[in-house]
Amino acid sequence: MTTNVDAIVVGGGIHGCSTALHLCLAGLKPVLIEKDYAGRHASGVNAGGVRQLARHIPEIPLSIRSMGIWEKISELVDDDCSFESYGQVLVAENEDELAVCRARVAELNALGFTHEELIDAAELRRLVPAVAQTCPGGVVSRRDGAANPAQTTTAFRRKAEHLGATVREGLAASNIRHRDGLWHVDVGPEIFAAPVLVNAAGAWAGKIAADLGEPVPVETVAPMLMITSRVPHFIDPVVILRGRKLSFKQFKNGTVLIGGGHLATPYQDRNETVLDWKSLATSARTVFELFPVMRSATIVRAWAGIEAKMKDDIPVFGPSSRHKGLYHQFGFSLHGFQLGPGAGAVMAELIVNGGSQTRISDLGIDRFHPSTLQG
Amino acid sequence: MTVAPKREDYDVVVIGAGPAGLAAAATSAEAGLSTLLLDENVGPGGQVFRAIASTPVTDRNQLGADYWVGADLVQSLRASSAEVIHRATVWSLDRNLEIAVSLGGASAFVKAKRVILATGALERPFPIPGWTLPGVMTAGAAQTMLKSSALVPDGRTVIAGQGPLLWLLAAQILRLGGRIDRILDTTERGNYFAALPHAFAFLTSPYFAKGLSMMREVKAKVQVVSGVTELSASGDGQLASVSYVAGGRRETIPADLLLLHQGVVPNVNLAMAAGVEHRWDDLQLCWSPVLDANGNSSVAGIAIAGDGAGIGGANAAVVRGRIAARAAVEALAPAAAAKLPAMATLRSDLAKAERGRVFLDTLFRPAPQFRIPSGDTIVCRCEEVTAKDVLDSVAIGATGPNQLKAYRRTGMGPCQGRLCGLTVTELMAQARGKTPQEIGYYRLRAPVKPITLAELAAVPKSEADVKAVVRG
Repeated sequence: MTTNVDAIVVGGGIHGCSTALHLCLAGLKPVLIEKDYAGRHASGVNAGGVRQLARHIPEIPLSIRSMGIWEKISELVDDDCSFESYGQVLVAENEDELAVCRARVAELNALGFTHEELIDAAELRRLVPAVAQTCPGGVVSRRDGAANPAQTTTAFRRKAEHLGATVREGLAASNIRHRDGLWHVDVGPEIFAAPVLVNAAGAWAGKIAADLGEPVPVETVAPMLMITSRVPHFIDPVVILRGRKLSFKQFKNGTVLIGGGHLATPYQDRNETVLDWKSLATSARTVFELFPVMRSATIVRAWAGIEAKMKDDIPVFGPSSRHKGLYHQFGFSLHGFQLGPGAGAVMAELIVNGGSQTRISDLGIDRFHPSTLQG
Repeated sequence: MTVAPKREDYDVVVIGAGPAGLAAAATSAEAGLSTLLLDENVGPGGQVFRAIASTPVTDRNQLGADYWVGADLVQSLRASSAEVIHRATVWSLDRNLEIAVSLGGASAFVKAKRVILATGALERPFPIPGWTLPGVMTAGAAQTMLKSSALVPDGRTVIAGQGPLLWLLAAQILRLGGRIDRILDTTERGNYFAALPHAFAFLTSPYFAKGLSMMREVKAKVQVVSGVTELSASGDGQLASVSYVAGGRRETIPADLLLLHQGVVPNVNLAMAAGVEHRWDDLQLCWSPVLDANGNSSVAGIAIAGDGAGIGGANAAVVRGRIAARAAVEALAPAAAAKLPAMATLRSDLAKAERGRVFLDTLFRPAPQFRIPSGDTIVCRCEEVTAKDVLDSVAIGATGPNQLKAYRRTGMGPCQGRLCGLTVTELMAQARGKTPQEIGYYRLRAPVKPITLAELAAVPKSEADVKAVVRG
């Protein structure tokens, strides 16, 4: 039996859930299909950084759009998502790195972006008292912060369902095909059909795109994170380093999340990752050097989430260059969580209105394939 | 003094020096395989034979003849070429058979061709109202003190629960001159009938006569209340009294110490973190690894022996250890297998050792009200989450233990689910009308035991890092 809906969203990560939610707000009835459960992979287990700081220029407009939604997240999803905004700070560990920061902020200012602000050693110390005395400054994005990723993704899924989205978890979308002007997708014994298909399948999205004739340079990666036991409160903002792979965040309950992009080995077909402890040791060494207060903390747990990373580190976002009614929303390359709320809103605008005020033109899949769509 | 492993690669690494691990390591080493035995305790023995090489208890009768069987196992291990390291906490094992182990505050990595997990059992959670009060502890913790330091309770002591270990502990406490005021037996009356069809096998098992005489010995000295259907502990910041219902009558008695025990379950954390497939065991009411007849798991090269493979008791653990080790020898050095006891002999030993197990499992299957709490009773001690909190989360969309983490942080504290995992699974299964198998368990990850940031920071750099530095 075929169920007709307004849109089929494949993938229950923050992006798929946000798009489903925003489609509902626009009056559409989508189906959201997730092979495991919403937030099972990267969206539920990432560092939870809500960051405009240090983004690639092509995705900054989308990030700023998203930030506005994050600041009113409770109104959208009836859940605070544990979002807190103490800023994010990029630390320069020496003068050379500070010079790079200075140039970056100047470049953004010239483009009209003012969210990144150069700070000197004194302001750095004020924001992050625990940082090593030798660091000469850095960059702050004051509206940034962090949220609980699993709570957030779950909240988007729940609100989408509440507003009328059909949610199917535990069964993969298969046999995706376009027939009689509609996209058809099998989900176990069910078939869904709709004029619109959104490919938001994360690490599994590249295969869907390739099967539909739009292969892109994407790989599956699994960035590792670890969390410590509770330590006395010593830091508010999220801290990232300019020169080394490290991100650092203390939660209200005292636990500290250590990330930074060292990779585990993903076993995508088994939903599994094997951690690389020697790389995690590198992160531990960096924290050991920068934050002496952390030395006696214990590592309670380490993990990695499976996600898609584009060769150019920029997501694939927007309409297909080959098929009418197909939209891509994947390849967020380790920095998609903050973009989720805004990307869902913009995707709904693209689908419903055919365009958006938010500039996303550099993110399209047509950067890999000349468009064959007829105007 | 803790020494680092002598090599980086071994044919066989055995984890845990209880009955299964001792037997496995000795067997593997006797066949000539390079063998490393890693164990968390200060000496060999695991839980059953804890402190077997060092106990201050010298009167053999006090701990029972079964305890001293451990001494023979230790003897044959020491006679073999196996390398043994105690105070060694294995904190990571992955499907590439890479093992991370913490030794005296420093971590080392070793690789194995075969890993035999002999990580034994944990006591089942016993989440009654007040179970987290100081003064309430598990019977196992009390037994640890008794074996390693000959310490026995001297205040007003109540023992509650069921199962063979409960009676063994009671007998051991009494023999060492300890005090027990009352034993509250929570065995469900219906279980006696359910177990009856399996009684014949049990009558012929070695456990029968010993179990019976031990119960007689205890009952002669302590008031035993059977058919206890409700149980709670209360007190203001410290245990003051124990309340129970038996035969429809409620009674409250003052107590300084309440020892709880309702059986043991496989200690699955390391196996699960390595990616080994587990299945819900509906009789033993716990997760057990999916294994073939040789103890091989779903991860190539990882075998599991002893109670970690499903509760079978010490005698079965020894044989399972030998079977897993023999299988490793057959795979790695087939010619050497000839000098070991034949697999057929080992299997018939195992059948003998497992005789009567179904009877015990059926008789001592804990009642639902002692496994699945309600209301304000704490489920997760680390994050102080109550049964009601879990049910509230289920009502707004939490579907399983991993989803629940997003709502309540259950299982994310220092114990990593050891004290709440089974309770959460069964509670959610009941609330959602699903089986525990459908609900699933926490996804466990390394470090399986916490390590300090300083220790991790001191881990030698990877070869790639070292090469980069050399070239640079």
